[in-house]
Amino acid sequence: MMRRALVLAALALLAAAPLVLPQFQVTLLNYIGLASIVTLGLVLLTGIGGLISFGQAAFVGVGAYATAVLTTKVGMSPWLTLPAGLAVTLVVSLFLGFITLRLSGHYLPLGTIAWGIAIYFVFGNLDFLGKYSGLAGIPPLTVLGWRLGDERAFYYLIWAITLLALLVTRNLLDSRNGRAIRALRNRGMMAENFGVDTARLKIIIFVYAALLAAVSGWLYAHLLRFVSPQPFGINDSIDYQFMAVIGGATELWGAVIGAALLTLLKAWLRDLLPRLMEQSGNFEIIVFGLLVIVMLHRTRDGLVPYFARLIPTPAQRLPKKVPPLPPRTQPKRDESLLQLKGVSKSFGALAAVKSLSFDMRSGEILGLIGPNGAGKSTVFNLMTGVLAADAGEICFRGKRVDNLPGRDIARCGLARTYQHVHLVPSMSVLDNAAIGAHLRGREGVLSASLRLDRAEEARLRQEAACRLDWVGLGAHLFEAAGTLPLGSQRMVEIARALCADPLLLLLDEPAAGLRYLEKQTLAKLLFSLRERGVSILLVEHDMEFVMGLVDRIVVMNFGEKLAEGSPREIQSSPEVIEAYLGSVE
Amino acid sequence: MNLAIALWLSQDAVTNGAIYALIALALVVVFTVTRVIFVPQGEFISYAALSLATLQSGKVPGTIYVLIGGGIIVAVLDGLAALRRRSLKSLPESTLLNIALPLAIAAAARWSASRPDDLLLQVVVTIAIVMPLGPMLYRLAFQPLANASVLVLLVIAVAAHYVLTGLGLVFFGGEGLRARMFPALQFQVGVLTISGQSIGVIVTALVLIVLLALVFGRTTYGKALRATAINRVGARLVGISSEFSGRLSFALAALIGAVSGILVAPITTIYYDTGFMISLKGFVGAIIGGMTSYPLAALGSLAVGFLESYSSFWASAFKESIVFTLIIPVLLWRSLATRRSEEEDDS
Repeated sequence: MMRRALVLAALALLAAAPLVLPQFQVTLLNYIGLASIVTLGLVLLTGIGGLISFGQAAFVGVGAYATAVLTTKVGMSPWLTLPAGLAVTLVVSLFLGFITLRLSGHYLPLGTIAWGIAIYFVFGNLDFLGKYSGLAGIPPLTVLGWRLGDERAFYYLIWAITLLALLVTRNLLDSRNGRAIRALRNRGMMAENFGVDTARLKIIIFVYAALLAAVSGWLYAHLLRFVSPQPFGINDSIDYQFMAVIGGATELWGAVIGAALLTLLKAWLRDLLPRLMEQSGNFEIIVFGLLVIVMLHRTRDGLVPYFARLIPTPAQRLPKKVPPLPPRTQPKRDESLLQLKGVSKSFGALAAVKSLSFDMRSGEILGLIGPNGAGKSTVFNLMTGVLAADAGEICFRGKRVDNLPGRDIARCGLARTYQHVHLVPSMSVLDNAAIGAHLRGREGVLSASLRLDRAEEARLRQEAACRLDWVGLGAHLFEAAGTLPLGSQRMVEIARALCADPLLLLLDEPAAGLRYLEKQTLAKLLFSLRERGVSILLVEHDMEFVMGLVDRIVVMNFGEKLAEGSPREIQSSPEVIEAYLGSVE
Repeated sequence: MNLAIALWLSQDAVTNGAIYALIALALVVVFTVTRVIFVPQGEFISYAALSLATLQSGKVPGTIYVLIGGGIIVAVLDGLAALRRRSLKSLPESTLLNIALPLAIAAAARWSASRPDDLLLQVVVTIAIVMPLGPMLYRLAFQPLANASVLVLLVIAVAAHYVLTGLGLVFFGGEGLRARMFPALQFQVGVLTISGQSIGVIVTALVLIVLLALVFGRTTYGKALRATAINRVGARLVGISSEFSGRLSFALAALIGAVSGILVAPITTIYYDTGFMISLKGFVGAIIGGMTSYPLAALGSLAVGFLESYSSFWASAFKESIVFTLIIPVLLWRSLATRRSEEEDDS
């Protein structure tokens, strides 16, 4: 309720502003809107997706120059140059995205600086772009015959587009792909394991941010009716990052708040300081830098997250019943399901897995046990495409999977949990689980942005809620996953894997950190899964838990298979006892 | 282009490349230890070059006020923190380091300004002014946010760059300064005239690189820095304070910046913002070296020097464009060559 009231109040203020404010301040608000659009793209790209870009101003320039050239030299209507400019930006950003997004870590920011600077110099050195003196005489916009010649008229266009961009971006994040985008930053590997094509998503958000920047550039060109290279350089790109970080790079509203704060701060410093200091110019940058540092020291996540805590979040409900997602047909019992043939993996001189072979039949619960460092988790990583095997073959239902990327293995019907919990801590428990159902949805980025994905989305969310209920977390659906105790986080992982409706469930130490009763619940859950025909491969240290649960056990030691058999055989095997307890010689 | 020009360009390239290599080294040290992409590295260069030139003209450089002011702020913050902890034990040390030392350096600067021909003294005083700025900067800007994400640290670094550049403009003005040449030796090798300055730059850079290799390979402090670089948490668990490592790495960066500044001061006219471009190119060199390997970073910086030198001959309008565009394929190659390890839980 309070949030809605705040939003309405903000909208009313926005609508009234140009009617009461003097010209100068309307101009400032226009610039804030223009910067917000660009910063919004950065919030998505950097704050949420974790991809740092120092080249956004160059895309603003592409949008601005496209319309400048096409209207002044070709005489196109400004409303046609918008799609034309977006098309140019699409091509440029796809190209740059393909070459730079493959850069990881600190290579990426430098790569973006590189082409950011390069594009700036291109603007400044090409004849038909007017070199450094720019292009003048860009026509104003007209809406239904109404000429947007002055600042006040333009104000409404800028802010309508800003609000639209906010809405579309929010829709995008609140969707199947939105969840995957939020996992990109630190959980890319997990997302791949649930079928997300992370490389493609990165390109999508990169292009999306570039297109937003180009829209801002188009508006800018028609607002000023003049373009020159000067506002599209590296310093402006840096300013956009400042805005995102100060506003709070993880919240969409942070874009507007950050843009407003920085624009006002700069205008104010430019205006006020020379009067105070009686010397011109050079103090503003010092005070500006100091204020940024102090601000970030006080609120390191940015202003919006800092204040958002103070506003109560609205209670969330699940929508009414929708038809459930169609389940996969499980294979018949006792078919060959999984085969490992001579699989090996070394890390430098350490042979983590040495020529390991075992088979698994459908409908089985197989335990994979062994002392610490025996290579069990490495086997999981080899099976799910996280690591590539040095030698050997892994086949799933007769199909070779060890050379496939993780997302294609997920498509075959494997789902896993992790020894170290891999949740997106800031995202709700429900959304975390729903990532598991990623491959069971179809809707893309575009339909999500336009809210055409609601029917499918409701089914995905219902699936997640249902699985969470199953693991006993039905009361915690809307809490941030990072706030749950570790044992519950493990259960969220299991619910997420179940959302994928797997044929084979790989559980990496699911019982670690669980209390006795929770372990019993988990065991019951696993039995009921087997009843439904799901096969389970389990890595676990808790022997009591394993022995009571599994049909068969494979024991590993120093990367090799030490023994294989029923729990009873394993418990009496002298080699296994020696590996666990040491020999008695 | 004839041979003479080619040789002359190459000499220029090697000289500049050596400077970039030094900067690359500093950036690698700072980044690996603190995860800060150290944008203000260039300001140390400008500050050192301009301080040296000012001392040579017989005046006390304004950087001394930056040093004293920064010291006072650090001392006050340390004092407040001590009050909050209710333990005043650390106060005498902090006062000595942050107030007494800058004042002593100021006195030395005054003395040096009265002896405009004593080059060695000027060099020592310049280093003494610039080097303490590194740890101060770390204490004031970065230490309170040591665990923040790389992006936040980067924004802080850019903000610090703004502040230091602004202060540079205040204290040195918009006019460029150029220091006097070091001993004006010149050799004639065939068609090429080799200046003593170039040799000085290259020798100093090599000596500094070897010294750093020794520090990192042989000394306890160097090993502590390497440990922090490889695993911050692990280093803390064995008793290496990450605050200490941070300050030490910033001190090293400032030292390297000061030496680079002294080396370039006589070669080109230095403005208050010249250092930024120099450090950006050093950064490119560091990146070519993968941000982790010192010898590769040095080679990469040399490559940048050559690229810049030759492209300024053929297409000077596009010089910066060329240097920064040609990095992209290199980046791509580096990125593909290093097997991507999952950067999970990075921030």
